[in-house]
Amino acid sequence: MKLVRGRVWKYGDDVNTDVIFPGKYTYTVTDPVEMASHAMEDLDPEFAKSVQPGDVVVAGRNFGCGSSREQAAFCLKYAGVGAVVAKSFSRIYFRNAINAGLPVIQAPEAVEAIEAGETVEIDLERGELRCKAGRFSFPRLPEAVLGIFAAGGLIPYTRQRLGLAPREGEGTGTSGESSR
Amino acid sequence: MGKTFVEKVLGRKAGRAVTAGEIVEVVPDYAMSHDNTAAIAKTFASIGVARLYDPNLHVVILDHASPPPNEKFAENHREVREFVKKHGIQNFYDVQRGVCHQVMVEEGFALPGLLIVGSDSHSTTYGAVGAFGTGIGRSEMAVIMATGRIWLRVPETMRVVFRGTPPPGVSAKDIMLYAIGRIGVEGANYMAVEFAGEAVEQMSVSSRMVLANMAAEMGAKTGYVEPDEITLEYVRPRARREFEVVKSDPDATYVRVHELDVSALEPLVACPHAVDNVKPVSEVAGTRIHQVFFGSCTNARLEDFEVVARILKGRRVHPEVRMLVFPASQQVYLDALRAGYLEILAEAGAVILNANCGPCMGSHQGIPANGEVSLSTSNRNFRGRQGNREAEIYLCSPATAAASAIRGVISDPREFL
Repeated sequence: MKLVRGRVWKYGDDVNTDVIFPGKYTYTVTDPVEMASHAMEDLDPEFAKSVQPGDVVVAGRNFGCGSSREQAAFCLKYAGVGAVVAKSFSRIYFRNAINAGLPVIQAPEAVEAIEAGETVEIDLERGELRCKAGRFSFPRLPEAVLGIFAAGGLIPYTRQRLGLAPREGEGTGTSGESSR
Repeated sequence: MGKTFVEKVLGRKAGRAVTAGEIVEVVPDYAMSHDNTAAIAKTFASIGVARLYDPNLHVVILDHASPPPNEKFAENHREVREFVKKHGIQNFYDVQRGVCHQVMVEEGFALPGLLIVGSDSHSTTYGAVGAFGTGIGRSEMAVIMATGRIWLRVPETMRVVFRGTPPPGVSAKDIMLYAIGRIGVEGANYMAVEFAGEAVEQMSVSSRMVLANMAAEMGAKTGYVEPDEITLEYVRPRARREFEVVKSDPDATYVRVHELDVSALEPLVACPHAVDNVKPVSEVAGTRIHQVFFGSCTNARLEDFEVVARILKGRRVHPEVRMLVFPASQQVYLDALRAGYLEILAEAGAVILNANCGPCMGSHQGIPANGEVSLSTSNRNFRGRQGNREAEIYLCSPATAAASAIRGVISDPREFL
């Protein structure tokens, strides 16, 4: 798994799926580029305009609460977000992010220490986050779901299990295209 | 050591004894999807499996923007219809039938002891009749189409006991808002929540659906009310298959037990922009409202219409308020029509719309304007939820919605009893 390095977009507690990806788009917007253009629209209109590949979203408790819409995970992935670091995640968001192959990291102490706009580095393999304030370790995913994440998401993982040949980009964590 | 309801249901599905924290791979009894079925179908196609694992596993209900407000939604619906036809999904309900969770319960899919997943966060609703219902993502639904299987973590269980009998004018919605205000929007994250106590024992299935539905607003994986005679009387004539009631053992392990006394509870509202921002109606009474949304999978069943009709009978909706009414299903629509409730509401100046989700998630039929206040019987008041981030949403009971519609400001329904 790769190293994530990027600028921090920092937000508070209970960032819900409606502000990450508004419900009015959930049945009509399916193109990855267009989805990315609406990411965080009702929370931070600046985000979609200036997010760079590898940037890291850092948030408080209960990130992704609310709807089951997985576009809230995919739109961040399509926007280039390298990882989401939060004090905690809502259960459906956590599932959807794993299934989308978007790294989700629960690290409450790191969240406290990280400042908006700074550049952080995350070693997913070693479970380590490096920021201005220092180094923080975070727990790896449960063994039973690591395979999904390693395959780049649930769809490539399922294809692997069914013995189907991988598609272009699969297994590298950039498989979202097939899952829109 | 005894087992909880969820440990038993998931253990039976997994074919072994399981405890909270384990991860199981299971085949659900039903898998519900709605307007998002078109997107799921595309993901299913990308997997590369030609046929559905089992077409009878799936229930597809068009409700989120029904009938479609524009060509994009219309194309979406067309794709869903083509998909269910192509793959032989018999359990398909088109735009006339109603809100998916209501239909699942009314049509006898949701039954005690069953495991039901839905690509919608309020799939927790099925716990009102003792099923394990939980929300999943679209990709997961696509994989169920291909393989029948899904991984689930066996959740820990929280018990919420509502003591006492609520006073007149206080409903299941007030009781649930009270619980969410106390427990918080993350208070039951990853957990199953069992609702119990005298107040729940006295509730109809419709009222229990309010609790199970809004369990999602505490972060819960599922909500559950232990089936009793009230449950069985409701489900027996509708059941589509045999079922077995599953209950937690008396010595089951609970991670937390909340005891909440509802005997002196007041009507409550959830204020913008969080469901746990709960205040007594008395504290926000007088707040100007522009729209009343009486609908959704939370609160638009016949008993809700009865309460609203009783308050509105012989009165008028305030001239500066739009009251939008969406029965939870076509069945509720017909029942409310025959009981005369719709006539009372229409005479009072309410707009009666068809059974679907309406403006709940901002698709159509009543998006509030900038700076407006929408008072809603639904379950979420996040910023932008009803399609406009410059609007404010308050959540309340049907009674509070009706009383406030008359006055044009948030009002205590007990003044109309």
